[in-house]
Amino acid sequence: MGRFILRRLLTAIPVLLGILAVVFAIARLIPGDPCIAALGERATEEVCNAYNERYGLNRSIPAQFAIYIGDVLQGDLGTSFRFNKPVTDLMIERLPTTIELSVAALTIAVFVGVPLGVISAYRHNSKVDVATMVGANIGVSMPVFWLGLMLQYLFAVQLKDTFLSLPPSGRLDAGMLPEPFWEKWGLPENGVFEFISNLVIVNAILTLNWDAFWSAFTHLILPAVALATIPLAIIARMTRSSLLDVLGLDYVRTARAKGQKERMVVLRHGLRNAMLPVITVIGLSLGALMGGAILTETIFNLSGVGKTLFDAIESRDYTVVQGFTLIIAVAFVLVNMVVDIMYTYLDPRVRSADA
Amino acid sequence: MPDEHASEPSTFATAAPVPKPDFAGDATEVERELRAARSGAGRWRRKVPDPLEVQPARGLWGNAFRQLLRKKSAVVGMVMLGILVLVAVFAPLIAPYDPNEVLLGQGVTPRDAPCIHLFGCAEDTPQHILGTDGNGRDEFSRILFGARVSLAAGVGAVLFAVVIGTAIGLVAGYYGRWADSVLMRLMDVLLAFPSLLLAIFIVTVFGPGLVNAIFAISIVSIPIYARVVRSTVVSLRESDFVKADIALGVSTPRIIWHRILPNSLTPLIVQATLGVATAVLEIAALSFLGLGVQPPTAEWGSMLAAERNQVFTAPHLVFFPGIAIMWNVLAFNLLGDGLRDALDPRLNL
Repeated sequence: MGRFILRRLLTAIPVLLGILAVVFAIARLIPGDPCIAALGERATEEVCNAYNERYGLNRSIPAQFAIYIGDVLQGDLGTSFRFNKPVTDLMIERLPTTIELSVAALTIAVFVGVPLGVISAYRHNSKVDVATMVGANIGVSMPVFWLGLMLQYLFAVQLKDTFLSLPPSGRLDAGMLPEPFWEKWGLPENGVFEFISNLVIVNAILTLNWDAFWSAFTHLILPAVALATIPLAIIARMTRSSLLDVLGLDYVRTARAKGQKERMVVLRHGLRNAMLPVITVIGLSLGALMGGAILTETIFNLSGVGKTLFDAIESRDYTVVQGFTLIIAVAFVLVNMVVDIMYTYLDPRVRSADA
Repeated sequence: MPDEHASEPSTFATAAPVPKPDFAGDATEVERELRAARSGAGRWRRKVPDPLEVQPARGLWGNAFRQLLRKKSAVVGMVMLGILVLVAVFAPLIAPYDPNEVLLGQGVTPRDAPCIHLFGCAEDTPQHILGTDGNGRDEFSRILFGARVSLAAGVGAVLFAVVIGTAIGLVAGYYGRWADSVLMRLMDVLLAFPSLLLAIFIVTVFGPGLVNAIFAISIVSIPIYARVVRSTVVSLRESDFVKADIALGVSTPRIIWHRILPNSLTPLIVQATLGVATAVLEIAALSFLGLGVQPPTAEWGSMLAAERNQVFTAPHLVFFPGIAIMWNVLAFNLLGDGLRDALDPRLNL
């Protein structure tokens, strides 16, 4: 097992290098002069030369790439032209929004999708099954941005004065500035603490600030549901088909013949073995989540990774584009690696075939 | 017992030239099947096929098509797609207005709610069954014309990706070794980015517009097809009939063209059909972000984007384009699923 993990880590290296190269190339390929973008149209040639000198933009492309890799390895992702602060600081500020959003979305997708899939498989061809599968087909076919807007209209306009009313955008009620937990606990300010306190729900729990918790929670529901729809539908379909495959196998028949209760047969013998492909799908849907986050964050006005990245592309903020893309791609590779490792852990056959 | 098969060609009579089943004969066969399917007794008959009954010869595609017709969801998908194609082709005939004509001053104000005379809308106001948009254009006509862009863009993006992806998959799978490693690692890198993000990059580099959006979506989906083709090629290469060809000295291009390619077609078709659904969604998303189709062209994603800030006052202008996108995506998804079941039941998600 240890050897497998090591090998898997090593195979990720060329992919990570490739990602670095692509990220670097993309930032250079985006048209527009970064100096003009950063300093404005009135920047003189002299000023621009000094600027390029300072950021190493006048060096050759391979030299720039080498400098870039060195910087990244040292955890230096550069400084944002637009915000005039280190990209890492910007990440501490923006990444938690996206993490909260995608964790919430993935939670909904898994905890609704898997049971739906199980019920569909268990009551194969019943009305519940047909309804779930029709729903799943519609779910994967829905544009995220459309669903988001429709949810906003439904819950913030149509149901405005009912108990179902939900806020249409933002992370917290306007004007609400919850105290970070490290301040309350008298801890010194540092990046890690700040990162955690920017997870508003976690911070609210840590400071026992239930008003902030409720506000953050209600603000999170609509974007999370919008973002969850496609993964939810995919997970439900995959669970169903995988479980149906497994339920036709000999050992399930044996379990039934032993006189085990049907529920035990399905949940213990069936679902356990059916989960393997489902886990792969869950891992893969992270990519869809990140893509969807760009759209969801734009619609719900959340300054997370997706929206920041999109704005940065529009305003030619090179370093932010590079840094945030890198984080997303690396996260994606790492998640897939974790999925692979989990897969081998859960299914020893994969291990022996591969080792 | 009278021999009811006497008149039909027997499987044992292959020595004599087998009469080709003519069209009329086929029709009666279909009729009999239909009758059997309708009556309860017929259903039993179908489950236990008469071993002496001769199955009329049908090609792979004929069989696949019959399988497809048996799946309800696939039929729904085909009907939905058919309607969409008809709408796209005959848009100028169906549309009550020119999609780009500004109708302000003809009894129209921006963002009028839908007005249908049949459902009690005052007769003296002009009929706009889906209302009018922010520029006072007929929403219904724009949605009809949007079908053209959406279909063409989705299919175009996938065709391009399939051609390039197939080429990469063939080379990687057939030649193996370093070509395989290099090409497939490259595909891994492309897959390491969320597809929409990569597409946004490509469009930013080449500039917004429909053609560039199609190109971007294409590039992003190449790895999927490359992987599908590569995996079938790898298994085909080890098959006996390809080994036999190699032993006989058949040229490599000939093996690829006549042996490998036809046999990797099935998974490719399934993947491509499902791919159109994804491509349509992604092109709409790009347009929604302002990177795809530019105004005033009627395209669903950009129509939705233009009115998204009016969702609280004129929700119909967001609702209908979204439904149209969903219709298109759903049609290809259902058809793709059906094709997968029909062409190769072993294929999984």
